[in-house]
Amino acid sequence: MEKNLAHIALFAALIAVLGLVPKIDLASGVPITAQSLGIMLCGTVLGAKRGALAVLLFLTLTLAGLPLLSGGRGGLGLLASPTVGYIIGFPMAAFTAGLITTHLKTGIGYAATIGAALGGILLLNAVGVLGMSVMLDKSLPEAALLAAPFLVGDSIKAVLAGAITQAIAKMRPEALLSRA
Amino acid sequence: MLTLTSPIDTWAHRLPAGPKLASLCGFTMLLFALNAPASLTLAAVFTTALIASGGHSFAGQSALMLRPLLPFVLIVALWHLILRDPSGITIILRMITAVAAANFVTMTTRLSDMISVLQRFARPLARLISPRSLALAIALTIRFVPTMLARAQSLGESWRARSPSRPRWRIFLPLTLAALDDADHVAEALRARGGTD
Repeated sequence: MEKNLAHIALFAALIAVLGLVPKIDLASGVPITAQSLGIMLCGTVLGAKRGALAVLLFLTLTLAGLPLLSGGRGGLGLLASPTVGYIIGFPMAAFTAGLITTHLKTGIGYAATIGAALGGILLLNAVGVLGMSVMLDKSLPEAALLAAPFLVGDSIKAVLAGAITQAIAKMRPEALLSRA
Repeated sequence: MLTLTSPIDTWAHRLPAGPKLASLCGFTMLLFALNAPASLTLAAVFTTALIASGGHSFAGQSALMLRPLLPFVLIVALWHLILRDPSGITIILRMITAVAAANFVTMTTRLSDMISVLQRFARPLARLISPRSLALAIALTIRFVPTMLARAQSLGESWRARSPSRPRWRIFLPLTLAALDDADHVAEALRARGGTD
């Protein structure tokens, strides 16, 4: 019980820190923060349930008024902004990433990369694009165009999430709760 | 850690958080129900008046908090200019008004008040998550953000001491490992002090 609580709280803090670490240019061009890497890691390291709870805790604090979302954003305005779909998609992404990491019976590195890609890229962008299309009153393909420039960085982050999860499986096998 | 609550004291700071959130909810639903540019303009004027009542520098802070919307405003404006479709004005007006109104509530409500409203709402869920655990999780996260940020900075510094290049993605693994180790220590400390329930 204490262990679950501590992991959920500390990974919520990790998501915030990965969004605050000043600009990490994973790919040249579009500026990218590592916040969505944090969302992916919550799922691939903590597993579906704990990962989603960590993301929910992070979002609760952000909406309550802490500027923890990348770019120092926060507050209730996030729910009314065009990017609201990404806010809603974050816990779903972590849950999916965790589910796939736990149940896909391949090597941990592959399972985590596939989980991070399906949850943190495919599902997250699907919900995010849906949100932008509703909030900006545009068709789905039009809204998808807005999300397209970020896909390169997202793919790099999914691979990183897989590599980090695999490294943790080697260094702290007992700490990898998604495969415990 | 800094919150988004404005340090400039306004009359709205003294209103209770619950009713403020309820009115925001109602106002936002109204905004999305309205479609006529005239009534949306009225709502925008009302929101501007609310923000202006906080004074000069408060209004300045509110304007700065709208900055993340700028790319969307530009894209929608450009799109509708090319198509010569006047509905773009409605979309932009509604988006800015809704976000500005929500920011007004965030800026005039203390974090502790927000969290007590949240805890009141979470009370029916007590069987799923006990109120004590929720409070503890919130406090732990708030406490560990600056701690981890300091660690990220020192990891970056020690990288730069050994290499001419920037650390970039290489600090993510030690940062994640440290979070896992911290979690184990915190769990042990909590158990030693009587546990969470």
